[in-house]
Amino acid sequence: MLDMSIANLDVAATPADTETSAQTVKISSREVDVFYGDKQALFSINLDVRENMVTALIGPSGCGKSTFLRCLNRMNDTIDICRVSGEIRLDGVDIHDPQIDVVELRARVGMVFQKPNPFPKSIYDNVAYGARIHGLARTKPELDEIVETSLQKAGLLGEVRDRLDEPGTGLSGGQQQRLCIARAIAVSPEVILMDEPCSALDPIATAKVEELISELRTNYTIVIVTHSMQQAARVSQRTAMFHLGILVEVNDTDRMFTNPDDERTRDYITGRYG
Amino acid sequence: MTDTVLNSGGIPGRSVHTNDGARGRLARRYTAERRFKWLGAGAVAVAILLLGVLLSTIVVQAVPAFRANYLLLPVDLSEKNVDSARPENADYDAIVRDGLYRLLPGVTSRSEKRALRGIVSSASGFLLQRDVVAGSTLRGGATTVGIPLDDFADLYMKGLLAEKQTVIELAGAPSIAVDGGMALITNAPQILDAITARGAGRAGDDGGIRLSVKDPSFLVETGRLVLKIKTASAARTDATILHTVPMAGSKATQLRIVETPESQRKISDQEVAWLNDLQNRGAIESRWSELFLFSGASREPEIAGIWGAVVGSLLTLIVTLALAFPVGVGAAVYLEEFAPKNRWTQLIEVNINNLAAVPSIVFGLLGLAVFLNWFNLPRSAPVVGGFVLALMTLPTIIIAARASLRAVPLSVREAALGIGASRAQTVLHHVLPLAMPGIMTGTIIGMAQALGETAPLLMIGMVAFIVDIPGGFTDPATVLPVQIFMWADFPEPAFRHKTAGAILVLLAFLVLMNALAVILRRRFERRW
Repeated sequence: MLDMSIANLDVAATPADTETSAQTVKISSREVDVFYGDKQALFSINLDVRENMVTALIGPSGCGKSTFLRCLNRMNDTIDICRVSGEIRLDGVDIHDPQIDVVELRARVGMVFQKPNPFPKSIYDNVAYGARIHGLARTKPELDEIVETSLQKAGLLGEVRDRLDEPGTGLSGGQQQRLCIARAIAVSPEVILMDEPCSALDPIATAKVEELISELRTNYTIVIVTHSMQQAARVSQRTAMFHLGILVEVNDTDRMFTNPDDERTRDYITGRYG
Repeated sequence: MTDTVLNSGGIPGRSVHTNDGARGRLARRYTAERRFKWLGAGAVAVAILLLGVLLSTIVVQAVPAFRANYLLLPVDLSEKNVDSARPENADYDAIVRDGLYRLLPGVTSRSEKRALRGIVSSASGFLLQRDVVAGSTLRGGATTVGIPLDDFADLYMKGLLAEKQTVIELAGAPSIAVDGGMALITNAPQILDAITARGAGRAGDDGGIRLSVKDPSFLVETGRLVLKIKTASAARTDATILHTVPMAGSKATQLRIVETPESQRKISDQEVAWLNDLQNRGAIESRWSELFLFSGASREPEIAGIWGAVVGSLLTLIVTLALAFPVGVGAAVYLEEFAPKNRWTQLIEVNINNLAAVPSIVFGLLGLAVFLNWFNLPRSAPVVGGFVLALMTLPTIIIAARASLRAVPLSVREAALGIGASRAQTVLHHVLPLAMPGIMTGTIIGMAQALGETAPLLMIGMVAFIVDIPGGFTDPATVLPVQIFMWADFPEPAFRHKTAGAILVLLAFLVLMNALAVILRRRFERRW
């Protein structure tokens, strides 16, 4: 258990995100370790995600930011060799607690993936699917309403209003990603996790999605993984820096990008490595 | 990137990629590529050629099976013969017999009459009874019905028996003197020429040539008579009367030489004479053979049909599909999507792969031991055949289904799980529909394999000779490949064509199944 000892050493260096704040903490993680088989990917992560804020996770490739994101809605459960320990609380309740159902958790914590992955179904069905399986709409008009509102919120309604029955896979990359956001919104989640949502998009589509993220912040708590410093700076209020599986620093975004506490963060942000 | 850096062999201006050695290597690479391409094209060409040879052989062999010659027989179905209250009780064999005698009134002796009855199918009476009782043949008077010819007569009419015949017009005016059953032909030197030209017969005592059954047959046909030459010399030719044409027409006298000796063919000279006459009178008609396509098995080639086997195959395949598809897909879904990856599932996986390689007859033995001896299920029944073939098809379906489930991108699963679909919902709503085309391809391959399978069915008694067309899953039945196997074994030459015909029907069945699969695939296929 050499890894563990190293991890424990790092705990001291890891700045626990315990600053008192006026904002409510939506998700709090304490001492989260993640293992892929024998290999440890995350070491004692202590991170609080605040409500109605955008928290950006940055760091070089392979640093564990996506792994951490996937812990928050237990998507790591689908990977056989993956093991998560520690405590992750959503509104104060441990998400690994037996009384929390994983289906319910994922309905409350939605996810948008790196590559747009609409279902090979119509645009309407893509958005309606979540609402259908969770029984959010009793009648067809209610479902129509949900689809329309979700597309509206995702800023896609104007572009697809008259072709809702065309396949979602026929849209452009940026539209597909906004469709995936609409699909996530349709379930009425409390938190939306975004795993590099713009990495497959061109700058114009990226700008649209970023604008959308800023708007969504008023109603949802958002955690976004990004490789782009500028994006983190533009859309987030809080930023967490990961490096080699440890949380190096978490801070207000303004402070992070102007005067970071940690040397490694400074180096990464200024492009000295990563 | 200057020349000095890439220079090889110190020749200025020529880099490693442009010097002679490199050029040579490049040329060899292109040669190898061309060779590979030609080899591939050659292999395809050989395959197409062989397939063409195979298919054309089968088709050529099969064509005669799909047509049959019918004798248009005048029959008396009046009240005298058929009691309209109980039409099934009439003696239809006698009705057919009388019709034949009326058609060829010159036939009088017992042995000739027996031979005459032999030119139509021995099941003629039965077929006539069936038609009369069913009402498709009108009762109550004289009418003409089509009666299938006996298999050898049918083959003769199709030109597949004693097909080498030469006809020579006899010039001059040969005179024929009839005396009882004998005839004396004079003034016909061409006859002796034809005989000596073929080197037929042995020299007789009187210097003439005596013909036997081991020689080609020489028949003299006039408008009135058909004569068979027995001896011939320069002076006179003696013959027997084979047949007296009932409706004499004016016709030039001609010599017909049937080159195959009578002893070496399955049709006698007399039958040849009758059939030729009947054909000249328009009493023989070639039709599409409904009996072949729509009747059950029989030991009589002319009425043996494929329908019983087609229905048996269909019933068996329905059972196979109904059992193997849900079980196979279910097993694949469980193993691929739900089962933990541990030693047990690995063991199961290895064993499924092994099962796919087990010889099919072993499944037949298993069916015999388990389904028949233990569960006491009916012998020769499509339900048991279906069970056995389902066992045989299962591994194919499971392997194909697992492969296509695995091919569904992870992103689709994550998308569904990410919005809170349960695992079962993810699989049923998203993964399975996307995997369906691949699963169906695997299923069709398995079903095609099952359709062509003979060995396991032999073990459970589906090789039995079954005349009735099966009406249900527990009726005794046979299947197409077993029928082909049995027909290929029968000695009658007509079955050779039946066998090829049955193979064509089997292929058509297969093509139909594949076409259905393609249509279903199109339906299920989605873009992503």
